[in-house]
Amino acid sequence: MHRNPDRPMSPHLTIWKWGPHMLVSILHRVTGAGLATLGAGLFTWWLVAAAMGPEAYESFSRWLNWLTGVGFEADKTAWGWVKYGFGAAIGVGLTWAFFQHALSGIRHFVMDIGAGYELKTNKMWAVLTMVGAVLLTAGLWFWVIMGRIA
Amino acid sequence: MTMETALGRVRGTGSAEAGAGHWWHERTSALATLILFTWFVVSLARLPALDHQTVSQWLTSPLAAAPMLLLVLATFWHLQLGLIVVIEDYVHEDGSRLFWATMVKFAAVLAGTLAAVSVLMLALGGGSP
Repeated sequence: MHRNPDRPMSPHLTIWKWGPHMLVSILHRVTGAGLATLGAGLFTWWLVAAAMGPEAYESFSRWLNWLTGVGFEADKTAWGWVKYGFGAAIGVGLTWAFFQHALSGIRHFVMDIGAGYELKTNKMWAVLTMVGAVLLTAGLWFWVIMGRIA
Repeated sequence: MTMETALGRVRGTGSAEAGAGHWWHERTSALATLILFTWFVVSLARLPALDHQTVSQWLTSPLAAAPMLLLVLATFWHLQLGLIVVIEDYVHEDGSRLFWATMVKFAAVLAGTLAAVSVLMLALGGGSP
């Protein structure tokens, strides 16, 4: 595409005052890109491993255990903390990304029908998607960990 | 002096091109993914275990395999639409934009086919026991 360098450029991210609506929009992209690569990769691997048989499934499960912290109790060394901390950060990050993307996606549906553009309403729903995503992530992991202990 | 009409001069230079179709596909696939993923999470939570035996047994039922296949199709259709929007926004040079958009489509079709074939193998009993 030909661009005339003499024409002024639209100012970008750095000049705007940050607000929840701007943050939620950026989060929607970032979480979407993360889910589309890492999330979809794990999902595909799970299905392929299930179709290939118990051995392939076992090796997938070992990776999934790392992401969900299974086995941490047996390895409370300094290396264990680093290894499982990193794994859990990816695991928790992916579930949070899913909830954030789903909730801000629902917010997009509402805005697509032309609703929720009033400044206060828009800000409130932007904040609520972020609060909701954190609560749902915490709830999911609470349920997972409680299920493991019980 | 040119024979070109005013309409001819501007046609094709806008940013929209095929934007409306893309927009609708993104929305419909988003709704489908949202519904199917809710089914997926609830189903996994209701399974007694997530080992190979339980999962492959579960996917032999058409009532599990059909929504799972739809989930695969909706997810990969949606994710390549989304990734292409990101590429269109940040890759400014025509050649590299076309290159990366094509790579995303190839990768999505490859991974989506792998996932879909796996679901079908489990559903039709072709998977390893």
